[in-house]
Amino acid sequence: MEFFRISRTIPFMRHALALNMISLITFLAAVLFIIFRGFNLSIEFTGGTVIEISYADSAPLSEVRETVAGLGYTDFQVQNFGTSRDVLIRLPLAEGQTSAAQSEVLMAALTEATQGVELRRVEYVGPQIGRELVENGLLALLFVIIGIVIYLAVRFEWKFAVAGVVANMHDVVIILGFFAFFQWEFSLPVLAGVLAVLGYSVNESVVIMDRIRENFRRQRNVEVRDVIDGAITQTISRTIITHGSTQMMVLSMLIFGGPTLHYFSLALTIGIWFGIYSSVFVAASIAMWLGVKREDLVKPVKKDDTVEETYSEQS
Amino acid sequence: MNRYPLWKYLTVLVALVLGVLYTLPNFFGESPAVQVSSAKSTIKVEPEMLQRVQSLLQQADITTTGSSFERNGPVGTIRFRFANTDIQIKARDLIERALNPNPQDPDYTVALNLLPASPQWLSAIGANPMYLGLDLRGGVHFLLQVDMEGALTARYDSIATDFRATLRDQRIPTSGIEREAMSVVLAFPDDGARSRALALLRSRSNDMTFQEGAGQGTLEGRPILTARMTDATIASVQSSALRQNITTLHNRINELGVAEPVIQQQGSDRIIVQLPGVQDVARAKEILGRTATLEIRLVDDSPTATSALAAGTVPFGLERYDDTDGRPLLLRRQVILTGENLQDAQAGRDQQTQQAAVHLTLDNKGARIFRDVTRDNIGRRMAILLFEKGIGQVVTAPVIRSEIPGGQVQISGSMSAEDAADIALLLRAGSLAAPMTIIEERTIGPSLGAENIEKGFQATLWGFVAVVAFMIVYYRLFGVFSSIGLTLNVLLLLGLLSLLQATLTLPGIAAIALTIGMAIDANVLINERIREELRRGESPQAAINIGFERAWGTILDSNLTTLIVGIALLIFGTGPVRGFAVVHCLGILTSMFSAVVGVRAMVNLTHGGRKRLKDLSIGTVWKPKD
Repeated sequence: MEFFRISRTIPFMRHALALNMISLITFLAAVLFIIFRGFNLSIEFTGGTVIEISYADSAPLSEVRETVAGLGYTDFQVQNFGTSRDVLIRLPLAEGQTSAAQSEVLMAALTEATQGVELRRVEYVGPQIGRELVENGLLALLFVIIGIVIYLAVRFEWKFAVAGVVANMHDVVIILGFFAFFQWEFSLPVLAGVLAVLGYSVNESVVIMDRIRENFRRQRNVEVRDVIDGAITQTISRTIITHGSTQMMVLSMLIFGGPTLHYFSLALTIGIWFGIYSSVFVAASIAMWLGVKREDLVKPVKKDDTVEETYSEQS
Repeated sequence: MNRYPLWKYLTVLVALVLGVLYTLPNFFGESPAVQVSSAKSTIKVEPEMLQRVQSLLQQADITTTGSSFERNGPVGTIRFRFANTDIQIKARDLIERALNPNPQDPDYTVALNLLPASPQWLSAIGANPMYLGLDLRGGVHFLLQVDMEGALTARYDSIATDFRATLRDQRIPTSGIEREAMSVVLAFPDDGARSRALALLRSRSNDMTFQEGAGQGTLEGRPILTARMTDATIASVQSSALRQNITTLHNRINELGVAEPVIQQQGSDRIIVQLPGVQDVARAKEILGRTATLEIRLVDDSPTATSALAAGTVPFGLERYDDTDGRPLLLRRQVILTGENLQDAQAGRDQQTQQAAVHLTLDNKGARIFRDVTRDNIGRRMAILLFEKGIGQVVTAPVIRSEIPGGQVQISGSMSAEDAADIALLLRAGSLAAPMTIIEERTIGPSLGAENIEKGFQATLWGFVAVVAFMIVYYRLFGVFSSIGLTLNVLLLLGLLSLLQATLTLPGIAAIALTIGMAIDANVLINERIREELRRGESPQAAINIGFERAWGTILDSNLTTLIVGIALLIFGTGPVRGFAVVHCLGILTSMFSAVVGVRAMVNLTHGGRKRLKDLSIGTVWKPKD
């Protein structure tokens, strides 16, 4: 089988300008959503109590809401979780009351209302932990950016490092934008997924950069734009197949993984497809705008580096 | 051209065998077991107990499938495996009756438990199953914050009291000694008093720094000294507080009879407690928060008391307690000191005789009372009592030889170094060094855990099947090689994780699935590259060689950048994110090895020796028509 019957180089960079404009608009929109709508942060970040309960048959949501409200809570959520029998209740942090007390009081009240309630899990996170998680997440992001810039600058060249990191940030911000726009729950696994996308999308850009460098070595006197187009054309088959495979895996998680992995796989799905797009149209084109030249990547061999041949006595 | 030296083939083979061996234990599941641990801090479970229980079971014709003794810090635990739950229950009842003749006051906790059922020969080579995280197993997780400020404040309070006593004894006048935030401020009527006090205190407490200054506010115009602990002292106060809290938690959690409690330090002031399989959060919390108490009382050894004891009666005004060997003692009701007055207890040696000894440090109030009581009761015995769960036990009852004024007490006599360590531990374990608060708590029901495993397994399996099917259809024989390489990768990853005894969580399973998806990248890079070389008109052998060579550079680059991300997650992540990162990083390493070395070995083995290789089974190599 062969999906990619490409007979001549595809002029990817011809539309770079238009696509970069679209990227910029998407990026800014994502930033705006993040600023103005914010995230639907999970309990791990906000602190509070989550209680998951399961009923023998479909859960009486309105009754559960009444019960919770009857205990004096105002700012709480009650929603189905996965199936119609499972219910997820989120309670805000209560001053001076521990979560165990919270959950015990609530369970007693719920059992009174309906028989056959099973407590599946309780999670309580103090306010301080949430703050630390946010800080650690941002630190990790910073570390990754610096690490990748240094690595790419050493292995390739600073222009590529800048291009790679911009493409990377583009992907991450757009995923976050999706989560802000749709108000999907942003939990710790999602954070892990977003950070995995970081590595994933840079991986993509590196494969293309590798090819660009190789083509500069092979071909002389070729327009930079054509070299970049050629590199992308040669790697596009690998890009699509690899991502297709990863997507199969992620899709499997989306289907079988249950509600816990749902948003994690969603974040990865967005990351995979934007990763392909950004490695081609953001990383490569930024490198082009920055004016990557053959001399940047192909170090001319200095004359005095050549070793003279000498005779010596056989030992 | 495409030949590997023998050692490379062997490396791949060894990796495969090790991967299989260390992955195996994860598939045996668990078998029912009974675990015996101590229910009191005065009783220790030693390896001898193993033989004792063994012979008990033999007499009753109960067969075990394996037994183990494990020491975790100061705490010993014995576990016996059984073929099924019926035998397990029978054995539990038998052991319970034999070890705890008095059910009201049990010496040992005998609990039902589950142990990995992997065969003995696997455990012998260190192949054990992965530890399942709470989200896959069910149980309770607490994150406790130790109030270090509380520990330090208490220490400064006692330092202030010490200073008052020292200066009073030396008749140095002061205008007040108080703790202010994290320091002790001493005010003096004049400079002369201050410099004398400074010289005296400097010589006595080398773990403090003193700073001279002028008083503010109410102390306006008076010379003052500000005393602070050195950084090293603060660090040691904090770390010993944390250690003591962990020890205390260990002792208490043993009462719950939990299978494999995890009690770990996290950061400089936090403790993680995980209790797999425990569902009763309320009880767990109550036990974590409980304090044992210490009391010091005088022993009544008068002839009347001794004869009453022999007759089995207790005279008025006395109480009867047993010591750790079960010998009864009669103590006076009056409590001389409590555990609050005891600052520290350490095992050590007597300066003169080099015998094992326990050194106690009392606070100021305690030291004064102790001085008075010892002065008036020379020749009598003084007992140290430990109350747990409302039942008191005499830890030790030494004879008072002389007046002990300084608050530094030494207990020595006919004890071994081990006894001294035990007594010191008991005296310390009675209390938490610093108060703790629960800042994070999770409870996962057991049914949810089983469901999560199922989901994670399904997701990985079907994703894997889909990827393998695609590879084989698209790349034919080379796709088969890639799929075998992928399987090797999964085996190596699971084997490594089992070897490291990593804790598997649901995000961890997700990371395994993702790793498989990403591992394909290396294979695709190689296969596409070989096709490309064939398209350029290279001979099959050369195409294989160039394909692998060229792809290697790209694979290295792209995986290293991904590794940078993984390491960042390892450094900054906590809990589930860190679990994800461990799998992510290991997965990158195993996938590089299996794709580059493993698949190459297979290709070389099958294609390397063939001189006239006409074409490769790598799917359609389409060539553009010029």
